[in-house]
Amino acid sequence: MYRVWYYPRKAVEWVLLIGVALVFVFPFLWMLLTAFKTLPEIYQFPPTLLPEQWEFGNFAKAWETGPFLTYVLNSFLVAVGILLLQFFTAVPAAYAFARYKFRGRNWLFGLTLIALMIPPQIVFLPVYVEMSHFQLVDTLWALILPYGASAFGIFLLRQSFMQVPDEVIEAARLDDASEWKIMWRIMVPMAKPVLVTFGLFSFIYHWNDYFWPLIMTNSDSVRTLPIGIWMLKASEGGKHWNMIMAGNVMLVFPILIVFFIAQRHIIRAFIYQSK
Amino acid sequence: MAQVSLHHVGKSFEGQKVVKGLDLVIPNGSFTVLVGPSGCGKSTTLRMIAGLENVTEGEIWIGEKKVNDVPPGKRDLAMVFQNYALYPTMSVFENIAFGLQNRGVPKQERKRLVAEIAEVVGLTPYLDRKPSQLSGGQRQRVALARAMVKKPQVFLMDEPLSNLDAKLRSQMRIELTSLHKQLGSTFIYVTHDQVEAMTMGDQIVVMNEGVIQQVASPISLYHDPENLFVAQFIGSPPMNIIHAQGTEAEHIGFRPEKVKLRSMAKEITSTAALKLEGRVITREILGSEVLYYLDTNRGRIIAKSSADEFIEEGILVELSVEEKDLYRFDKESGARVRHESIRLATGEQLGGIVS
Repeated sequence: MYRVWYYPRKAVEWVLLIGVALVFVFPFLWMLLTAFKTLPEIYQFPPTLLPEQWEFGNFAKAWETGPFLTYVLNSFLVAVGILLLQFFTAVPAAYAFARYKFRGRNWLFGLTLIALMIPPQIVFLPVYVEMSHFQLVDTLWALILPYGASAFGIFLLRQSFMQVPDEVIEAARLDDASEWKIMWRIMVPMAKPVLVTFGLFSFIYHWNDYFWPLIMTNSDSVRTLPIGIWMLKASEGGKHWNMIMAGNVMLVFPILIVFFIAQRHIIRAFIYQSK
Repeated sequence: MAQVSLHHVGKSFEGQKVVKGLDLVIPNGSFTVLVGPSGCGKSTTLRMIAGLENVTEGEIWIGEKKVNDVPPGKRDLAMVFQNYALYPTMSVFENIAFGLQNRGVPKQERKRLVAEIAEVVGLTPYLDRKPSQLSGGQRQRVALARAMVKKPQVFLMDEPLSNLDAKLRSQMRIELTSLHKQLGSTFIYVTHDQVEAMTMGDQIVVMNEGVIQQVASPISLYHDPENLFVAQFIGSPPMNIIHAQGTEAEHIGFRPEKVKLRSMAKEITSTAALKLEGRVITREILGSEVLYYLDTNRGRIIAKSSADEFIEEGILVELSVEEKDLYRFDKESGARVRHESIRLATGEQLGGIVS
């Protein structure tokens, strides 16, 4: 019976998986192909899937319409800056939540979880006022500092730290390791897959973030890549989709590279989590 | 090397007392085993000595120093855990060297010390491996090496052999005792296995429900138990107990190997202090010895005798035990009663065949 049913069942699984994959892959593919089309071809009906004529110039043109090098650099500084800051705040916070018993621990952790559920659109006004008070609006600091602590990172790391056996920490205490050392030398290496996953989520989110830089910046010198691409649309009156898509391809390219490098760790993180 | 002493040490978890008023001296250089059933407080006691658990009351001294408020890393002791507790992301070398590094031992010195210990425990070829690439026995050795390299005054071991298979376990038992002789340090070893306790310890502390039942050498623990609990916990199979009935004031105990069996067909001429009649229910042949499970009118009795002659199952036999081999325990408290004057119940009182 097993042999008879094995292949049809596999086939159904494959069809479903391919179907789901297509839902996610198609928009991406469409973006990529549009980036290589000429403007008339985009508005042609019925639409074409593959470009009739491969137009490579869209990328160069998009790049030249604004200070894209500055945008890329800003995006990079912001995403990496946030990531480092989150890393250095989340590790001690998660360690304390996972390993110490103190008054108000559950209450504080509850607050952290609530923070996880509040989108930035709800709190941007007070944060803007605060930033403006410190005269940080229209600087990179206004993009980095409000994201310095990540509730998601604390939550994820706490779960991972809680899985570390007590004995390992006790052994380190008997080895005269300080709490600081236990945290960075024992716990963090053990949580590496989770850290990589979190790092990736954080990097992608802030690399792609459109809302926050839109509010906090006014000048080109501190704008990030997503805003730059939006400007592309504005300057061309919303018609040159091929250039916008070329800009988008440039936007997602670094993320793809990071993802391929970190893929192994991401898969491991989820296996570890569901153990 | 140091003496460890506990003065009226107690521990409560959320109002529940798990260790009650412990007074214990662990002599310098001894191999002391804390043994008892699970939940008896032996591990908690060890963890209090290690500093991993705060004491609720009393004082702990290591050598000349009261250590109640000294953190674990500063107590000059090392611990081997049941599940080894190796650092999974570090190599064997780093695992062993971690404690030295924290003490500020220079790099060259660390290398030399680790190499030395690795040689002793036979880990030299594995220094670059991660713990996950080692077998259970090898991991155990890493845990030992990690403890030994610090040259601590006191070694603490919390059931270190219970994750190993039987053959490796008996091999490691011998290695640990010879290691103890070689180092001359104080060893404090926790186990629930009385065989392990008897074979390894030179001083055994039997605990039950957070209270020390008896502290003695293996031999005197076996031959001279202080109370009913120790008598039944130490020895395999355990001591036979004839529980007091009616007006009898004492429980009577005797070791299985002290029971003499005699076929009922023969004439009874024994002068033994205790005589019972019983039927062989089943027997276990251990090789050189046989265990007989007998039903008597005072309950199930186990007898151990040489395998030179067998008694068949279902046969009616006479059991007799000499006066010197009998132990008496108070009916209420279970404490050993040592008065010699009172003759115990003789054959007439205890006899009778189980139908």
